[in-house]
Amino acid sequence: MSAESRQPVSEGPPKGIGPMQRREMWLAYLMLAPTFIIILLIVAGPLLANFWISVKPVQLGDLRPPAVLVNERLRGSPEAAGDSATLEYRLRNSSRDEEIRDVVLKDEVPAGFTVTGLPEVCELSGSMLSCTIGTVEPGWRDRLRLEGTVSEAFLAASRPERASTPEVSGEANNVLTNFEFTLENFSRIFNADEFWSVLRVTFYYTIFGTGGALVLGLFAAQLLHTSFPGRGFLRGLFLFPYVSPVIAVAFTWVVLFDPFSGTLNALLTKMGVVSDPINFFGQRAIEFSLFGIPLEFPLALTTVIAFEAWRYFPLSFLFILARMQSINTDMYEAAEMDGATPMQQFWYLSLPQLMGILSVLFLLRFIWTFNKFDDIFLLTGGNAGTRTLTVDVYEQGFALSNLGAGAAVAVVVFVVLVTFATLFIRFSPKEEGL
Amino acid sequence: MRPASILLTAVTGLLWGVTAMVVIGVTLTLITGEVALPQATAAGLAGLLGALVFVWRRPAAGAGGAPAWSYCAVVVFLVLMLASFAAPFSLPLSAAPVWQGLALIVFIAGVTAAIRLCLSDARFDAMSRYEREVIYIRIARGIGFVVFTIIVALPFYVMVMTSLKSQQALLANPLDLSIDVSQGLSGLVRSYVELFTQFNFGRYLMVSAFVSVATVVLTLLLSVPGAYAVSRLRFPGQALLARSVLLIYMVPAIVLVIPLYAVFSQMGLRNTLTGLLIVYPATTIPVALYMLQGYFRGLPAELEEAGLMDGLSRIGVILKITLPLSLPALASVSLYVFMIAWNEFLFAFMFLDNPDIFTLSRGVVSLNSSEVPRQHLMAGAVIATVPVLFIFLWFERFLVQGLTAGSVKG
Repeated sequence: MSAESRQPVSEGPPKGIGPMQRREMWLAYLMLAPTFIIILLIVAGPLLANFWISVKPVQLGDLRPPAVLVNERLRGSPEAAGDSATLEYRLRNSSRDEEIRDVVLKDEVPAGFTVTGLPEVCELSGSMLSCTIGTVEPGWRDRLRLEGTVSEAFLAASRPERASTPEVSGEANNVLTNFEFTLENFSRIFNADEFWSVLRVTFYYTIFGTGGALVLGLFAAQLLHTSFPGRGFLRGLFLFPYVSPVIAVAFTWVVLFDPFSGTLNALLTKMGVVSDPINFFGQRAIEFSLFGIPLEFPLALTTVIAFEAWRYFPLSFLFILARMQSINTDMYEAAEMDGATPMQQFWYLSLPQLMGILSVLFLLRFIWTFNKFDDIFLLTGGNAGTRTLTVDVYEQGFALSNLGAGAAVAVVVFVVLVTFATLFIRFSPKEEGL
Repeated sequence: MRPASILLTAVTGLLWGVTAMVVIGVTLTLITGEVALPQATAAGLAGLLGALVFVWRRPAAGAGGAPAWSYCAVVVFLVLMLASFAAPFSLPLSAAPVWQGLALIVFIAGVTAAIRLCLSDARFDAMSRYEREVIYIRIARGIGFVVFTIIVALPFYVMVMTSLKSQQALLANPLDLSIDVSQGLSGLVRSYVELFTQFNFGRYLMVSAFVSVATVVLTLLLSVPGAYAVSRLRFPGQALLARSVLLIYMVPAIVLVIPLYAVFSQMGLRNTLTGLLIVYPATTIPVALYMLQGYFRGLPAELEEAGLMDGLSRIGVILKITLPLSLPALASVSLYVFMIAWNEFLFAFMFLDNPDIFTLSRGVVSLNSSEVPRQHLMAGAVIATVPVLFIFLWFERFLVQGLTAGSVKG
């Protein structure tokens, strides 16, 4: 043995990856591969594709690629074997703006039809018909006629020309895959009057929705911290808004707050609290003046925020309660001995202990509320001054059928989100470790 | 005697009187359909005087007299009846007399009990800051319980009761949320019967169940090996991966919708359940992986090493040792993923056009039109909610664990 090979032993543990570890590594990669692939395809891929679509002039209708549509019919009325008839193919370019290249029609001539005259673009080999049409213009229409005679078997069969479906192949520009780019989508959304109000509404909704859910959750956790009979039941009940399907609770709120037949408005008007029913989800603002200054109260937005706080307080409640139950009670006993009042105990002992979980909850809920689409979409459809960025993605992309503009808004959503996430990661407390 | 102590006692009574009256009045209205105008002023006065009497009589009660709360109850009753001219709910005595009587009893019992709980240590003499704060907190907690229970329960109550009504009854009196027994059982559940017979809800229910269960199975199949690899095996990039899994569930679904819509349309996957079953696991795997790897880390590695020593392969170790030990975690992950898939709305709404493969969420949205009466919409909401609430109540322990471990998937 040479000195070189003995050297690593004297230097301590071996460096690099040994065969055992290499096997473990490959096993790990193998086990993670399916997860990795599906995340790549369904999350990372679309994320990139969204950037791509945002710089393309894509409309919803462009998703159906242009194609040559064909319709095959038998003309003439052959009655006996040997009569002449015409097989007619009607062709049409489905797109009014895109040409289609290398159009080729292929079909099987029905059994018993003897071709006597072919259009010059077509060829017949056996019973296979093949017509090379070439490039067709946008909105192009044409007919190809095959003259021929029919046999007894042809006449006996019912609609023999339907036996085989003609196939047309061709290439067209797909607006999704070509290399034409435009910034029109972005200029359109940034120049729109409502964009900045959408952005403002998004922030109001996110901040107050998150804050409301946290405050309600903190309060609810205080209620259920001590034990009493019925506590388990109440805890289950308090989680109902969060575990129920959004669709059910959102429509229930709509029905409950309905201005004409909703229970709440009926209650308020019949009991004389208000004179006219209030359209909670439909009225943009209530105007009032404070010390002579005219002010507006954004009613629909406030109702939507209340829904958000109502639906998500159970989550913060659960977390805060779990954290409170893990706080050591010695501290409170000591404080009690020292004569600290309940409020002081809450303010100087509980709250600092809860600060970590509260800030983590705030950050994560903030991001989730910002991403939220379903709630507002189901409650107001984004009308009455409640349109947030996420609802705007739908509005642009699907309601206005402009996929490109929708994707551009989605890019804005993503950029804002990444900004927040970076800020949060930088300033978030480390010890809670979520 | 201290004015501040008297004031505190009075305010406690006033608050409880008003709160109890408003809550009970509204409840009475919703149960009977008769518009009760709760006499909040009279009730406040009754509560106020009741509280004062309670604190005044309290020292005497120990010395063999009748308990202070009985005086309080009598005072509350008398003052309420006097101040509201014997009509505490502004209803004539003939309107729903049984319910009115019951409401009156509940009011008196409620106010008395609340006063007794809040003011059990109160005195008219000077009270320390500690004693005063105890009273504040008792009031806040009491009112908190009432308010929270109402805001959580009321929408669900309205949902169920509306679904049991007929169209005429709803239009005639939107306040009447009682069960109308006169229309018989078939009349009560008419909306449900129509949903299942004419609106194909039986099929939606099956589709939703299938999609949710398939999502759970797919998620577990993919995330168990992944979570095991992240928690037990050493490989370059392990730490990075464990952390970046969390980032994936910060990606908003709405950003993915447009590209997935475009690609799935061109591939013919859009209007299919296959399409949904590709998207749903992708959104749930990161959560499942995160939850499971946390649990796997907590299992003692020695057990697995013993298994390896005794000649099991890695796969054998996972199947025979790790998985049986982590059944509770698997249960909570499954329930959590089931809940996400069952409640999912956005992708079902964007992808499904064909009523034969609607999930429940998608089916309920299709009821939201002016042609479909509202009790049908609410019945649809009940049908969508009941299975998931049932599962939740049945497995609450697991699900609560899942919710907290899965942190904040929204």
